[in-house]
Amino acid sequence: MCSEHRDNEGTGKQGMTRRGFMQIMGTGAVGASLSGAAMAAGSKPEPPAKILDATDTVKINLNINGVNHAVLVEPRWTLLYVLRETIGLTGTKEGCGRGECGACTVLIDDIPRYACMTLAVEAESRRITTVEGLMMGEELGPVQTAFLEEDAFQCGYCTSGQMMAVEGLLRKTLKPSMDKIRRGVSGNLCRCGAYNHIFRAASRAAGLKTK
Amino acid sequence: MAEDSNVYYTEGLPVPETPAPGDKPAFWKQTDVVGKRIPRVDAYERVSGTAVYPSDIKLPNMVYGAILRCPHPHAKVKKVDASRAKTMPGVRAVITGVSPKVKGLNWKYRNYTGPLFDSHCRFEGEVVAAVAADTRYQAWDAAHAIEVAYEVLPYVADYKEALSESAPKVHDGGNLAGMDEYERGDISRGFAEADAVLEETYETPCQIHTPMELHGCVANWDGDRLTIWESSQGVYAVQSNVAEVLGIPLSKVRVIGHYMGGGFGSKLKPGKYTVLASLLAKQAARPVKMILTREETYLCVGNRPANTMRLKAGVKSDGTLTAFEFECIGPSGAYPGGGTALVDWLVRDLYKCDNVRCRSKDVYINAGTARPFRAPGHPQGSWALEQMMDALAEKIGMNPVKLRLKNIPAISQGRSEPYTTTGLKACIERGAQQFGWKNALKRAKEQNQSASHIKRGVGMGACVWYVGGGGPPSTVIIKLFRDGSVNLNMGASDIGTGTKTVMALVTAEELGVKPEVIQIEHADTGTTQYATPSGGSKTVPTESPTVRNAAIDVKRQILEMAAEDLDVRTAELDYEGTEIVWRKDKSKRIRVTDVGRLKKRGVVVGVGYRGPNPRTKTVNPFGAQFCEVEVNTKTGEMRVLRFLGAHDSGRVLDRLTYDNQVFGGIVMGIGFGMTEFRQLDGKQTGKLCNRNWHDYKLPTALDVPVDMESLPIEIDDPEANNTGTKGLGEPVTIPTASAIANALYMATGIRFTNAPVSPMGMCRRLAARKEG
Ligand code: FES
Ligand code: FES
Repeated sequence: MCSEHRDNEGTGKQGMTRRGFMQIMGTGAVGASLSGAAMAAGSKPEPPAKILDATDTVKINLNINGVNHAVLVEPRWTLLYVLRETIGLTGTKEGCGRGECGACTVLIDDIPRYACMTLAVEAESRRITTVEGLMMGEELGPVQTAFLEEDAFQCGYCTSGQMMAVEGLLRKTLKPSMDKIRRGVSGNLCRCGAYNHIFRAASRAAGLKTK
Repeated sequence: MAEDSNVYYTEGLPVPETPAPGDKPAFWKQTDVVGKRIPRVDAYERVSGTAVYPSDIKLPNMVYGAILRCPHPHAKVKKVDASRAKTMPGVRAVITGVSPKVKGLNWKYRNYTGPLFDSHCRFEGEVVAAVAADTRYQAWDAAHAIEVAYEVLPYVADYKEALSESAPKVHDGGNLAGMDEYERGDISRGFAEADAVLEETYETPCQIHTPMELHGCVANWDGDRLTIWESSQGVYAVQSNVAEVLGIPLSKVRVIGHYMGGGFGSKLKPGKYTVLASLLAKQAARPVKMILTREETYLCVGNRPANTMRLKAGVKSDGTLTAFEFECIGPSGAYPGGGTALVDWLVRDLYKCDNVRCRSKDVYINAGTARPFRAPGHPQGSWALEQMMDALAEKIGMNPVKLRLKNIPAISQGRSEPYTTTGLKACIERGAQQFGWKNALKRAKEQNQSASHIKRGVGMGACVWYVGGGGPPSTVIIKLFRDGSVNLNMGASDIGTGTKTVMALVTAEELGVKPEVIQIEHADTGTTQYATPSGGSKTVPTESPTVRNAAIDVKRQILEMAAEDLDVRTAELDYEGTEIVWRKDKSKRIRVTDVGRLKKRGVVVGVGYRGPNPRTKTVNPFGAQFCEVEVNTKTGEMRVLRFLGAHDSGRVLDRLTYDNQVFGGIVMGIGFGMTEFRQLDGKQTGKLCNRNWHDYKLPTALDVPVDMESLPIEIDDPEANNTGTKGLGEPVTIPTASAIANALYMATGIRFTNAPVSPMGMCRRLAARKEG
């Protein structure tokens, strides 16, 4: 982090900044998803009921891997930060914190999403699945098994993200083509370059899932 | 050249040896587990999400660190005002250059020592202040609230300008960081003998490591004892650096690095951030987690320096190389970092040539300092040499594969001593065959004669890697418990290459036990044995012989114990994993769990040391890669259709992780040749323009071919070490980009002397050619 960014931190004058963050209270689905829906309906966004300072905390409920977590968060905290640093689910990794690498991929309502680009408050009332949620107790799920058997990783740091991308793909497409597989994981960087084995693991996982 | 081999291992070091010198274990002719396709021993942890990486650590009371860095490429810090930051919510510690605790603390870059907080900031990203706060967000807020007054100085960003009179000086002594010269034979005679002489200038970009796990650590003090969980390639290297900087005994610094998310050379040593985390933790009296941001990893934790290389080469019409003249310039960055280290090694060593002269100049610029990056210098040198080889082949009308085969050296010319083994010829020959070179060539020619705007090319490149034979020191301990299970204790890190897995396989092979009964403790200076960092493709050839030696030591002891129980001679016994058997009468046997002395003692401890390397020979891995590409001459788009890597790294220990490594090296090479470059804003600000993965592109799943093949060239090498292994991780990325460049030439008739080749660059060249 370099100090050159600090000029528009906190002032709020240049639109949305992290510190002068606007937060709508009292609804379940908020933030990007709501404004998306509102825009689609052609209506003007309602003025916010309340403006919070960045360091105010709000209580939210997160449904993660089928378990409800009531957590106190600052509105600017990302889902990734809350998963890793507050709740302690560290299977989800951070590679960039800005939507470029996919290491933080989780499923939100079965769709792969970057947890670093999702505010925790946005994720309220959504069904969140992390790599820990692919486990069946102590046993590996099919995508995990396939990754293990095909050696679809080296350092393993991108791996949970890759597996969540594949899981998301397979929840939508039972038998994806190689092209679909490559596109399915194209939002997930692997600096170790294990892509080839990842492709194989994804095909194997598709087989294991339909067995 | 100018590369200190101490980075990788120590030459000529007297070391204890097990078994005793001269008592060499037999070379494995056949193996039971070694060489098979076996999933990793730690795969479960890695895919279940239970593996705890340093960035996953969360300790009670832990707070978060952040670093304020200089935003200018060259500036002096005049004043730092942290008074507001200190009063902000959650802030627990603030350190600046004037903090009493940092007085007298120094930081080393190779042979340069400067203050830890240097008010003379020579690159964008230099440390100015550090804070720790209850949340990461608060830490960032506080870092941003620190007011700094800078005197901004003129900078030099373009390394080609660094030595000009008018260039601002990075250091008082000027911008020349080092020079290197090498000569053998007589190049003027060589050029006079040549039937064809070619000369070309090549440029390669600055490449940034950007491993997936960010650089960083968690630091915690218990009184005067410091524990650091660092994302690192070598815990002992972190220990010695931190102890030295802080002036505390090695025994008081424990560094743990069980898992780590990639390093590629950038995590061979700790960073200033490691020391800052420790200092903040002391001040805050709490553990501090200091994980850099992605942007910081672009600025200040190393890079592969850019290089400009001029290569002049002479060849006879029969393909004999007569002379190479090589000149190279490259930037270390702001401090010594090896700006031209090993760039000329391939010219010196790969192909037989009697007359060679190499000169290189390493310069300072106002940008982050270079660190070793996967095969330092080699992909750059390969980009020049392998394209030149193809150009020479064309000039004399010879097949490029044939030209290379014509010039296989019998010995290492760079070192004037023989290799223990060289698979260069086999890699090229068998690789070409397996790739179907001849047919591919024919197909490409046919395609290119057609009217289609899609053109095709095939290309190749070969390589040797400067080291890769490993060497001492290393110590490994293996414990055999009374229930027959085994514990392997070694200091080496597993950086994603499968170190733990292959070491378990070596242990299993030697002891005859199942890999499942082996538990591994590693990469912890508090509890595991000394090891050098995992780099230089030396972990397998360093550690695997040591592991085997430790297993042999266990075996020797357990056989002695069993001999007492069975009342036979030790030498007549075989250890078969769960049982010990008398060779003379196989019915006379005892279960390991029944061995009397083991039952009483509970454990047998075997110690293995890494013995010396062969004294008069060099141990190097070799390789050759082949690829096929397609170019859309209307859009400039390029597709790499397939790749084959034929590599001689001695014995393959695990075919699954071996192939993975080969493919990974190729992917990184595709990045080097086609997508990656650091862009400094040379003209206006000197700052880094592409400091994230959006602007600095890594190859994605869509940029790599599905069709990749790995062809191990296994040559018995009992002289190298007792497992017959050589390194793999680095050679696999050396010839990739140059093979692509050669294929692109065949497809388009255009020589791309500057890497990377982007679709835009392709379009520009195609258009320029059209205009004539
Ligand atoms: S950490 Fe979320 S995309 Fe990189
Ligand atoms: S396995 Fe290391 S980044 Fe993918």
